Amino acid sequence: MSSDVAEKVAAKVAVKKDYVRPLNFRHGHVDMNHGAGGRAASQLIEELFLKAFDNDLLRQGNDGAVFAPPALPAGARLVMATDAHVVSPLFFPGGDVGCLSVHGTVNDLAMSGATPLYLTASFILEEGFALADLRRVVKSMAAASKEAGVPIVTGDTKVVERGKGDGVFISTTGLGVVAAGVDIGGANAREGDVVLLSGTIGEHGVAVLSQRESLQFETSIASDTSALHTLVAAMLAAAPGAVRVLRDPTRGGVATTLNEIARQSGVGMVLEEAAIPVLPQVEAACELLGLDPLYIANEGKLLAVCAPEHEAAVLAAMRAHPLGANAARIGVVTTDPHHFVQMNTRFGGRRMVDWLSGEQLPRIC
Amino acid sequence: MKYIDEFRDGELARQIAARIAAEAHPDRNYSFMEFCGGHTHAISRYGVDSLLPANVRMVHGPGCPVCVLPIGRIDMAIRLALEHKAIVCCYGDTLRVPASDGLSLLKAKARGGDIHMVYSPSDALVIARDNPGREVVFFAIGFETTTPPTAAAIRAAQQQGLRNFSVLCCHVLTPAAIAHVLNSPEVKQYGTVPLDGFVGPAHVSIVIGSAPYEPFAREYRKPVVIAGFEPLDVMQAILMLIRQVNEGRAEVENEFTRAVTREGNGIAIDLMDEIFEMRAAFEWRGLGEVPLSALRICGKYAEFDAERRFPLEYAPVADNKACECGAILRGVKRPTDCKIFGTVCTPENPVGSCMVSSEGACAAHYSYGRFRNIPVVAEMEAGAAA
Repeated sequence: MSSDVAEKVAAKVAVKKDYVRPLNFRHGHVDMNHGAGGRAASQLIEELFLKAFDNDLLRQGNDGAVFAPPALPAGARLVMATDAHVVSPLFFPGGDVGCLSVHGTVNDLAMSGATPLYLTASFILEEGFALADLRRVVKSMAAASKEAGVPIVTGDTKVVERGKGDGVFISTTGLGVVAAGVDIGGANAREGDVVLLSGTIGEHGVAVLSQRESLQFETSIASDTSALHTLVAAMLAAAPGAVRVLRDPTRGGVATTLNEIARQSGVGMVLEEAAIPVLPQVEAACELLGLDPLYIANEGKLLAVCAPEHEAAVLAAMRAHPLGANAARIGVVTTDPHHFVQMNTRFGGRRMVDWLSGEQLPRIC
Repeated sequence: MKYIDEFRDGELARQIAARIAAEAHPDRNYSFMEFCGGHTHAISRYGVDSLLPANVRMVHGPGCPVCVLPIGRIDMAIRLALEHKAIVCCYGDTLRVPASDGLSLLKAKARGGDIHMVYSPSDALVIARDNPGREVVFFAIGFETTTPPTAAAIRAAQQQGLRNFSVLCCHVLTPAAIAHVLNSPEVKQYGTVPLDGFVGPAHVSIVIGSAPYEPFAREYRKPVVIAGFEPLDVMQAILMLIRQVNEGRAEVENEFTRAVTREGNGIAIDLMDEIFEMRAAFEWRGLGEVPLSALRICGKYAEFDAERRFPLEYAPVADNKACECGAILRGVKRPTDCKIFGTVCTPENPVGSCMVSSEGACAAHYSYGRFRNIPVVAEMEAGAAA
């Protein structure tokens, strides 16, 4: 092919490209073509995902992001975590499935004491899902990723037929690095340790409930969804070696998370109900629905088990961070072969705080 | 929260506990039945029983609407969804109640049944309006508390001309059940438990008033104190019951004066009278057939009665033989007396009705109190938390 012809062909391609109609983000909808791997799929990636998440690794445009492994000092380790995000409704006060999918995986990494490096994102879209809503979700993800300083470097999109999805499902996977000397895990709690909570509980679950079609109630409660890795970094820096267990009490809430830790570590716990911070609006909504805030999901809180001698330093570091302003010591770790989590009630009695059985269902009267 | 926190005050609880301890005669035992599951839940959740002296015992009664719902009735609702392809709407905690063939409404939903959890019968009306081509059935359960909303929904359906809406009515009545606990053929079979009085259900009495318990208190010589569902309400009611017992009185007293009157809510009572009629007998799970203890939809509103609209036959289903729910609901046995409690029968896998709802005696004890049955080897007290 002469250079002349080549130029003409190139010009033709360029002209043709201009004829591709841009995605209609106002009135358009996801259709099966967007997941077929052809031009429509490529257009969706370019006009939406690439534009929103733009970074060097993503721009490589390959099936995977190729990068040199971070230089790890002796004793440092890599951490991977993955999380699927399904939430109904997709948009709720304080957030949406997009930012949730970033925060969820960043927090899973952070709960190992890791510094998160990269995220991947996989979208399962339902045929008919409004492009405007998809763009809103993606923008929210991009903002969350930027704010957290953790780029989304590769991803995937699939489309399922109408009725086989719930608008959008998002899976994210994260890669992070745990520094040498940091040993955080669910099995590390010991008798005498203190149990710390980073703030008020139940906001996320109640915010989502308030938007459910069957339940809509007016509330000022917004989801607490946020990335916790900088809070964790502050805690680890305040007293190296003091934090033994970290966990974000998402589904199943504080109660279920503490039972998991108690079982993993082979210990018991005794909580003080009066010390557990709950917003009055959350308490009121739970009261109305017959739910217990201890079992309601959180997306921006963490539980830490910490050596008692460092309690003051870790708590001070938590309270100095905007995401830990209401941090409190809520209980202690005990020796208990049955791994029971018990609670001294504000009322003066003692009761168990058991695992959640199935989904928490509202009582009828 | 105003009107809530005042009734959960630990300092007041200690004062009432001290008064209970002072007034309960040390040389006798007091057994009181809290009829309602709401009280069972409050007692367990706030640890009220740990504040009572050893000679004051609370006995859990049959007042959890989910616990007393017989298997055969849940089977009917499941058949409506799976065989008759109706949209079945029900309250949340009805979903997990075990039915026949290892099913529950939740499991029937997984098998393709169109089953919706609703927060009130009016939500079911909306679903009926939105699905004019489908039959929508509200699975109505509960005591007098949840009956008026069902009645209101039926009347609204008639006024709106909703022809695809009906109700599977399983509403039951409190006074009949309390009498049955003391006076039924099964009492001999199970043995009797000395009951010195009853904590009466608050929400029921908001509707029917306190008067319906008066003949009961007179006839059986048992005091009844209507109490709210906050822990201080329950403690105050226990103190009032102890005083009645000590003074040899058997009256109906009202601790819950902030919401309950002697006469009840006339509008709600009239509405129930208009829509429902008494069933001659109704099977209760764990209690068997109880005469004049339940409601059905009366002839005038027959078109909204799912039992008449669909070819549905009620078939009683026996409880698991190892299950002691019958004795536990009557207060004759405690949850821990049942061989399968906490082993085969757990909240994840409830065999008997008492393990289903958090208001059930077994579920409440399992979830909140089982640590008391198992000595903890060593325990560091939490002390004052930060």
